[in-house]
Amino acid sequence: MPSEPVITPSTLSLKDLPWVLDWDKSTCTLCGRCTAVCPVSAIELGVFRKRELSVSVGLKNKPGQSVTVYQGIRQRTDPAYRCIGCGMCNMVCPNNAIQPTSHPEATTLKFHNNRGGQPRTRGGRRNATGSLLDQIKFIRISMLTDPALDAGRHEFELRTLLGRILPPEEGMAAFAQGRWTPPVREIYPLMIGGMSFGALSPNMWEGLQMGVAYLNEELNMPVRMCTGEGGCPPRLLRSRFIKYVILQIASGYFGWDEIIHAIPQMKEDPCAVEIKYGQGAKPGDGGLLMWHKVNKLIAAIRGVPPGVSLPSPPTHQTKYSIEEAVAKMIQSMSMAWGFRVPVYPKISGTTSAGAVLNNLVRNPFAAGLAIDGEDGGTGAAYAVSMDHMGHPIASNLRDCYLSLVEQGRQNEIPLIAGGGIGKNGNLAANAASLIMLGASAVQVGKYIMQSAAGCVGSEIDRCNVCNIGVCPKGITSQDPRVYRRLDPEKVAERLVDTFVAFDVELRKIVAPLGRSTSLPIGMSDALGISDYHAAERLKIKYVV
Amino acid sequence: MCRLFALTSQEPVSPMLAVNALNVMKEGHDGSGVGLFMSGLGGPFGQMPDCPILSGIFTDKGLRLLDEYAMSKGFLAKHTVAITPKNDPPAGTPRRGTYLARAYEPSAQWKDLPRDKREAALVQARLDLRHMGADNEDVKVFSFWPDTVMIKEVGDPVTVAEYLGLDREEFFAKRILAQGRQNTNYAINLYACHPFFIQGISTMTNGENTAFVPIREYLLSRGVIGYEGYQSDSEVFTHILHFTLNRLGLGIEAYKHVITPLADQELESHPDRAFLSNIKNVCRKLTIDGPNCVIGCTPDGSMFMVQDRKKLRPGVVGGRPGIFAFSSEICGLNEAIPERDRSKDFQPMYLDTAIVGPDCREVKICRQSQSLLRPH
Ligand code: SF4
Ligand code: SF4
Repeated sequence: MPSEPVITPSTLSLKDLPWVLDWDKSTCTLCGRCTAVCPVSAIELGVFRKRELSVSVGLKNKPGQSVTVYQGIRQRTDPAYRCIGCGMCNMVCPNNAIQPTSHPEATTLKFHNNRGGQPRTRGGRRNATGSLLDQIKFIRISMLTDPALDAGRHEFELRTLLGRILPPEEGMAAFAQGRWTPPVREIYPLMIGGMSFGALSPNMWEGLQMGVAYLNEELNMPVRMCTGEGGCPPRLLRSRFIKYVILQIASGYFGWDEIIHAIPQMKEDPCAVEIKYGQGAKPGDGGLLMWHKVNKLIAAIRGVPPGVSLPSPPTHQTKYSIEEAVAKMIQSMSMAWGFRVPVYPKISGTTSAGAVLNNLVRNPFAAGLAIDGEDGGTGAAYAVSMDHMGHPIASNLRDCYLSLVEQGRQNEIPLIAGGGIGKNGNLAANAASLIMLGASAVQVGKYIMQSAAGCVGSEIDRCNVCNIGVCPKGITSQDPRVYRRLDPEKVAERLVDTFVAFDVELRKIVAPLGRSTSLPIGMSDALGISDYHAAERLKIKYVV
Repeated sequence: MCRLFALTSQEPVSPMLAVNALNVMKEGHDGSGVGLFMSGLGGPFGQMPDCPILSGIFTDKGLRLLDEYAMSKGFLAKHTVAITPKNDPPAGTPRRGTYLARAYEPSAQWKDLPRDKREAALVQARLDLRHMGADNEDVKVFSFWPDTVMIKEVGDPVTVAEYLGLDREEFFAKRILAQGRQNTNYAINLYACHPFFIQGISTMTNGENTAFVPIREYLLSRGVIGYEGYQSDSEVFTHILHFTLNRLGLGIEAYKHVITPLADQELESHPDRAFLSNIKNVCRKLTIDGPNCVIGCTPDGSMFMVQDRKKLRPGVVGGRPGIFAFSSEICGLNEAIPERDRSKDFQPMYLDTAIVGPDCREVKICRQSQSLLRPH
């Protein structure tokens, strides 16, 4: 370092960074693994100069000095290379000599992470730690005539329906007359939300698919996974496992050629088709797969040249109005599979969700509505979209459900809720709350990455580099040098663990409520919250 | 947990038979209420099977309101049983006025209406009267239907029955549903007392319905007159039965498939798989989550008992040709029909519906796993 360092407006000190490394000279063996693994090159080998004075006792000898050098780790303060707190350095350090620590008060970096006039994009989480869902309690515990059930021993039928359900009279009549009835799938109420082949690494995708197949075929849990926009590997399309997959189509139409061409050879129908109009993590942004991740394979599946950024625009010339587009797309997608596959749209949580829903209610082919609240996300989004756009899911879902109740159409159009479920680790409780507020099913993405693949992204801006292809865990990278770190078998194993554990917890919630044979959709009398206004808004009990 | 007792007999019998059966099951109910449903009436009411009978409790003002209402609809009182107790009510029972069962000679226009309109008019009349009494306690109405009398009151069943003198010929009936109530509803409300009634259909339950709120919301939105009230979490069972029979055109055997559908694996090998999966899907909102034992009576005079899926409530059916009883405990059955072949007593399990037809000759068991005969 020069003796007179240049100090520019963007020169930061360690004090300005949200993550600062603690490095312990006494235990470091200088193996260099940390610098090798750091995904953003936040640390480099450093040479430090040390001056030592020696003062002897008495007056005879003069004080002396010696200068030594030693090697160590230096943290870079350039905003482009700032430490993201991923902790990989600690994971590989044989001696625990290094670890990042969070400096919550350091906000200076925020003013400097727009180099070249480009606002920050990132993947990961919304970085808001609070969660309304976490405040909801289940207050109706059967104690009166009905002692609480035994979650371990009773049999439970906790399944949900995906697909349009006719009113009973109409459904019975249609059956009796052998008329067409909308396709309906009985599935597990926790779904893996859309994360595309492209956003996720091939190993991650393979791991999830294996896990889902195991859950279905060995454990009899009809778990479904959505592909996200970006197509589906051709071999999977033509395999019997496609029935566990919900194919997503979005405004970029990425991967659809491949899917359409595979239809004649498909052995099974996909579980459903989800048309993405918006997602909670980047409302209004569409989706963005940055060029870093568009390698040859991804480019081939998506039918684009490699190495270019792939935005799914929020709008597309075929979708100039949502009512018209929804109707047209639902119709044509249903037709493509002979009206045997449920087709439904997914929108971001928004104040106009109710209007979209009302359109769907009148569309006999609409199979559901997925609403994605404001939290979470896998792909790249502008930080401003991720942090400041979107509608919280609880009230949005509740409004939609109650509007269906008013029309007597509840559950005819199943509502699938997503966004921030389990973001503080309380997956089952959050999911159960949403189900009791009226969701037929819930979907999670980020939670699955965290639990099944060890994603380290958190609510305090830890990691969040999913977009630039350097994911330290190999989850969201298309670079084989990085994604080789992730063992698909282990992902599958952890995914199965996650679902089985969720199932146990869900039973631990519904059993004391006396429920075991039907999913408690809309059982709002069980819910309470200590926030008066939230209680009023959600029409649940106010309890303190 | 409430205690239930139901009786179906070829000859009209005294409701005291049922009340006494409740009495031997006394540990099970706290004497917080009694409800009685009687149809297949003997006595004078039996002579007028087409005349709707209004059952309820009225103050003097309530009686005046009733007369005005009946007059405005062109209904003429034909036979009245009015009980106005003079002595003090038993402890816990309020003094209420007149307990009334009154048969009406309907107006000529009413008689000319097609059947569904006539039935709807009766339901509407019951609701009108009930709404009249909603603000003040002047009018309480439990049923308004031909060949049907209902009585509900707060208090111990035997004491209330003696206080009201129920052992009278007018109340002798072939089919009786009786419940001794254990208060499980949040407030003591007469309307919350079982059995519940709509359009010739009556059921009663012991237990708790944890799926109550979503089911109530669903039924309320069906646009069917009479789907309202819901003072008790199990009132919805009556309306689900009504929905099954009247709106879906299914038989009593299908009721269990609506409220407690089979699990998917069980359906896989079922002879009626497609039909039952369809019911399961379209009626999923009506799936109950117990524990409950439901006993009920359909307009054709069949009586039945079903259990919820968990089968956490006791229930037994037994008797001999000519008289059968459904009881939540064996001792109730022993009290009412001691001389029967006890080896033939049947306790329905989670797949069974036990039915005794109007002929009262045998107990028919429908298992959900069996093929479902359905009307064509
Ligand atoms: S925590 Fe991650 S980003 Fe920071 S120095 Fe360690 S490896 Fe690099
Ligand atoms: S570990 Fe990977 S997926 Fe998780 S936040 Fe970091 S970059 Fe994103």
